[in-house]
Amino acid sequence: MKLPQLSVFLENRPGSLAEPLKTLATAGINLVSISLADTEQFGILRLVLKEWQQAKAALEKDGWVVNVSDVVAIDVPDEPGGLVTMLETLAQAGINIEYMYAFCLRRNGRAVLIFRFEDPDAAMAVLNRENLGVVTDSELF
Amino acid sequence: MRARMEADTGIQAFDIYGLSEIIGPGVASECTEHDGLHVFEDHFLPEIIDPESGEPLPDGEEGELVLTTLSKKAMPMIRYRTRDITAILREPCGCGRTIRRIRRIGRRSDDMFIIRGVNVYPSQVEAALLNVEGTLPHYQIILSREQGLDQMSVEVEVTPEVFSDKVRALEEVRTRLAQAIEHILGIRVGLRLVGPHAIPRSEGKAKRVIDKRNES
Repeated sequence: MKLPQLSVFLENRPGSLAEPLKTLATAGINLVSISLADTEQFGILRLVLKEWQQAKAALEKDGWVVNVSDVVAIDVPDEPGGLVTMLETLAQAGINIEYMYAFCLRRNGRAVLIFRFEDPDAAMAVLNRENLGVVTDSELF
Repeated sequence: MRARMEADTGIQAFDIYGLSEIIGPGVASECTEHDGLHVFEDHFLPEIIDPESGEPLPDGEEGELVLTTLSKKAMPMIRYRTRDITAILREPCGCGRTIRRIRRIGRRSDDMFIIRGVNVYPSQVEAALLNVEGTLPHYQIILSREQGLDQMSVEVEVTPEVFSDKVRALEEVRTRLAQAIEHILGIRVGLRLVGPHAIPRSEGKAKRVIDKRNES
């Protein structure tokens, strides 16, 4: 299923990553995953968390610009080539990946990855049809 | 934005001009003709001067508006320089009032700067930003000199409307903003997206231009 991911605009300067995370810490919200995209000028902090609505409200209250987008969590066999099979399936179906990152979670010999697809519904249709492991939120949180 | 507000609400918008240093709003106001703002000449004496030389200019010519209060008692102002650029219109108005009008204020004299021989007003940059984003984001213009050449860069605060989780989409916003400004000014500008509230808020008249060209 699709998971909501929060993105936060960060300026490229010392301390800018700690500030929004401190907001979440103060609000008592734990992160499930974190990823940072960086360019020369700015960064985009991407977060998956269970209490995403509260997190969004807390961040916005502190003046951060927050975006919510749908991502898909997929688990693949935690072994060489585990990711390749799934990527090839998506490529054959013409599914575009905007970006992806690995989730810090390994269980039962499987590793979880987060994907931002151009079209998450089309991607999930392909993955479910091929019986590739789309992870539900109850498994993650 | 004026047309949109009028269309959405069915309410007519009227420009009212004033300065907190004088009396606040009410120095001049539009009538139903919406063709300039009538100055209440029984209370204020308007003049137009050349902002560079300070010399008075005849009616109809564009320059800086200077106001003298005629009826204010506690804190009168004599030939107060408003820094607002307009022209005095002497021709009778369609509404029948005979008091003179000023043209709608589009820009301010202290905001204008010259970069590589081009006169630039922040209002031109604002028009470009507004065009791309739909609403005006907080911004600041920074002028610097690099290797003997004037450089202009614009810092624009990211708004929720344009923010995206994708780097590519944000880079596109940046490019579109820069191109819109370059299209209007005809000179190259640097554009930097900055975080919300990164640009200091000023009280009263906003400080839109930081000129660092005479530093170092």
